[in-house]
Amino acid sequence: MTRPEFLGRDSRARQGGVARLLRDLGDARAPGTIFPAVLERLGLGDAYGRLDTPIGPVFVAYNAHGVSAVRPGGSAKEFEAAFRTRFGRPIRRAGGLPAALAGRLGRAFRGTGRPSVHFDLRSVSEFERAVLRKALSIPRGEVRPYGWIAREIGRPAAARAVGTALARNPIPLLIPCHRVVRNDGRVGGYLFGPEFKRRVLADEGVDVEALEARAHAGTQYYGSDTTRIYCFPTCRNARRISPAHRVSFRSAAEARGAGYRPCAVCRPSLAS
Amino acid sequence: MGQVSRKIAAGDESLAAGLAADLNGSFERLVLAYQDRLYGFALRLAGNRQDAEDITQDAFVRAYHALQAYPAARRRALAVRPWLYRIALNLSRNRRRGKRPPIASLDPEGEGAGPDVPDVDVGRLPEPAFDRAELRRALAALVGALPPRYRVPVILRHVQGIAYREIASILGLPIGTVKGNVHRGLRLLEEDLARQHDITSGRRGDRAQAGRVMHR
Repeated sequence: MTRPEFLGRDSRARQGGVARLLRDLGDARAPGTIFPAVLERLGLGDAYGRLDTPIGPVFVAYNAHGVSAVRPGGSAKEFEAAFRTRFGRPIRRAGGLPAALAGRLGRAFRGTGRPSVHFDLRSVSEFERAVLRKALSIPRGEVRPYGWIAREIGRPAAARAVGTALARNPIPLLIPCHRVVRNDGRVGGYLFGPEFKRRVLADEGVDVEALEARAHAGTQYYGSDTTRIYCFPTCRNARRISPAHRVSFRSAAEARGAGYRPCAVCRPSLAS
Repeated sequence: MGQVSRKIAAGDESLAAGLAADLNGSFERLVLAYQDRLYGFALRLAGNRQDAEDITQDAFVRAYHALQAYPAARRRALAVRPWLYRIALNLSRNRRRGKRPPIASLDPEGEGAGPDVPDVDVGRLPEPAFDRAELRRALAALVGALPPRYRVPVILRHVQGIAYREIASILGLPIGTVKGNVHRGLRLLEEDLARQHDITSGRRGDRAQAGRVMHR
């Protein structure tokens, strides 16, 4: 039997061999239990609770940054599983939502008062964050097309990516991705199915039937022949136009051709 | 400073800036960035996984509370890595106090076949009587049996790959002393390993020598 090479004759060489072997003792991988346990002990982990809202029970997860996830319906177990899959973080059930948070969430879901909920959007990309922030600016009771968001965030060609980003919205309902509709005006798909989207929109005061009827007729915008301004049909300014003075347009070009200028509130000008 | 160290230092600066600006928001990053290194360190100090996991968890919890108490300027100026190693080291010393030392030499199976033992190529070691896994276990046990004075700097320098200057700051010792202790520790390991190899391969069944390995 020969001595392994690292146990060579020369002491210096042997020490080099031992040093090399020692390096291999350093590739320890921390067990997966450490990260969640530390966050848990420091109170930095996510907790969740159930909240009754006008559109039914909703699970809401939150942490030191704000609300981190929302999911309507389903069981607590399903919510926990979905959360872990999406974020890779542990989550624990809170005895009840903290009173202040519950109050703010209640107002946010009912659409009363100024929204004052903080969101934890660390898990989404910068582009996705821009899309979600823009969606957040769509008032309750109104809708905007994907192309509008794409243009507003300075990525006019990215309407499809906008749709993908909205589909990944970790905080649906509170960040109202349901208020974004297809460019042709139809309601379109949703994380929890198109029917749920209609229900939520209707609950917020959107006339979903009228929305679909306009899409069918090809009406994209309403103008007022008194102000010579054109709007998205659900814009609060458009809703104030009396039927006698309301003009329908199939495109922005048509409206501009007729001498109308875009509304400064809903900014329909460049939306395709 | 090597390229890896430089990268870590740059990452640490941004981490420290994050901790200064938003402790709660950045602390997760700190845990994710350092849990493998600290656990690896603790595993070699403690010699078994359970203690290593406890030390690692406690180190992060203690680090968080310390950071909470520091003013933002101090957090921003923090040399994160040596600071964390110091915390882990102190915790492991406190745990050892009042415990019978060292579990390591009696529990080489702290190694086990778990996910923290990747099968790395340790070089040309075709010896059937002393294969790689065996060698690794033997070495881990021998490291655990070194007196702390040598064990800690050897682990920091050769297992964790930390520069002497930083080790000196972790241990609060002059750099010359650190170098001396590392070299001495390495020589002891090399002697022990050679001796153990000879025993294992039946060259000299020297019981007295084997005893020395365990009791030193």
